[in-house]
Amino acid sequence: MKRARVAYSGAIHDATEHPAGLRLADGRVLAEDAVVWLPPFEVGTVIALGLNYADHVKELSKELTVTAKDEPLAFLKSPGALIGHRGQTRRPADVTFMHYECELAVVIGRTAKNVKREDAMQVVAGYTVANDYAIRDYLENYYRPNLRVKNRDTCTVLGPWLVDAVDVPDPHDLALRTLVNGQVTQQGNTSDMVADIPALIEYLSSFMTLGAGDVILTGTPDGVVNVNAGDEVITEIDGIGRLVNTIVGDTLFGR
Amino acid sequence: MIFMLEQALAHPQGEPLATERSVDHWQALAATPGEGAAFLPPTRGTVYGTLLNHLDALAALGDQVHAAPYKAPPRAPILYIKPRNTVVGHRVPVVVPADAAELEMGATLGVVIGRTASRVAESEALACVAGYTVVNDISVPHASVYRPSMRFKCRDGFCPMGPAIVARKGVADPDALVISVTIDGQTVQRSSTAGLVRPVARLIADVTEFMTLFPGDVLTVGVAAGAPRARAGQTVTITIHGVGRLENTLVTEDSK
Repeated sequence: MKRARVAYSGAIHDATEHPAGLRLADGRVLAEDAVVWLPPFEVGTVIALGLNYADHVKELSKELTVTAKDEPLAFLKSPGALIGHRGQTRRPADVTFMHYECELAVVIGRTAKNVKREDAMQVVAGYTVANDYAIRDYLENYYRPNLRVKNRDTCTVLGPWLVDAVDVPDPHDLALRTLVNGQVTQQGNTSDMVADIPALIEYLSSFMTLGAGDVILTGTPDGVVNVNAGDEVITEIDGIGRLVNTIVGDTLFGR
Repeated sequence: MIFMLEQALAHPQGEPLATERSVDHWQALAATPGEGAAFLPPTRGTVYGTLLNHLDALAALGDQVHAAPYKAPPRAPILYIKPRNTVVGHRVPVVVPADAAELEMGATLGVVIGRTASRVAESEALACVAGYTVVNDISVPHASVYRPSMRFKCRDGFCPMGPAIVARKGVADPDALVISVTIDGQTVQRSSTAGLVRPVARLIADVTEFMTLFPGDVLTVGVAAGAPRARAGQTVTITIHGVGRLENTLVTEDSK
């Protein structure tokens, strides 16, 4: 099943997919553009992976190499940075390189500590799509990637749907892509992750307890390009969802 | 959403809810000897740590800030997140992982947000604060702050906090608080919030320029240079006069 959380007619609702768009838990059937889409579940800890696709590693640094033997480069984001499907993301006027990152988001369904690789998929509730923006202009070499690059308001987009794990037979064989104004700019496949989902769950749960609602953003392949105010950015993963976002400028925020 | 306090908020273990009482009430209860005085964390918001915000901590890096991998001194506030699995209360035992001989005790002041704070001016920043609490920002010791592994700061129980949140009006000047750390009764560190790169109001202003802080969130002002280390079996107490006295015992994985 595909599940969403939306705001409609003065309240926040759980909703499921419907041929006409979506169906609220109370029975109302609505078009996709009739609601405000929120991140599709109550988000706990947000863990993101850097350099988890071999080709993206090459793109960012010619000296760097990462293999499955290395410790994953994991960092944290806060729930406050999140927005939902069809939302607006702010691009500050003074920056030169702001890029999207299309990522498979793995949603944890129950408490998990010291989970072995072979048991790891049992703690996965489902999957959604993340667009994890970064603004390279703000990169500093302390606690990389620093929060000013990676944890900005409106800069982590999640949704539209939380797809139940049982409906995703092989999360390691999903094509993903990004379209900017309709042009494909990024393409990859989740089969190319350096650390796969069981490896990430085994690694993370070896030192921290994961809980229901925690989410792992599993990294992005190469093909990140600058985006500008007015651009429509669609991050899409086959079988999981098509996440639409619009870049907006400072003036909307009175800046 | 608003979260404002008149006195002090705490949540003793076994009580159904956090309640607001006088600072003296909580200090007396938290100091009661024996089993009965463990607390839950006084807030469940997101906890943000601030790095290198003490002038002495920045000075300790010296010329390294100009060399690789840092290449330049920090410009914006350096922040990190202590995830929810790290947050525990007063007198809750903290497990020392088997792969660490000792842990670093990061004594710091926690600024608890009371009103949604987005793009707040320095002059208005303190009005967004509900109160203050004591935070022990525990780490596995690590030399580099370039790209530290989450394993160093995100272990279960690595962010004791409390016992209480003391209302803002009860703390005359958050930029002039003495923080002392004792291990098994011996004073091992004394620092102050007077020597900050960004004092509390400036820090809130600079952080909320790009990131909204929400009611219940905690922003620490950072850890001073020379954070002491402790081993399993030792009891660590952090005292901030007028804010609280946070005590936790370190234990081995087996004893938990």
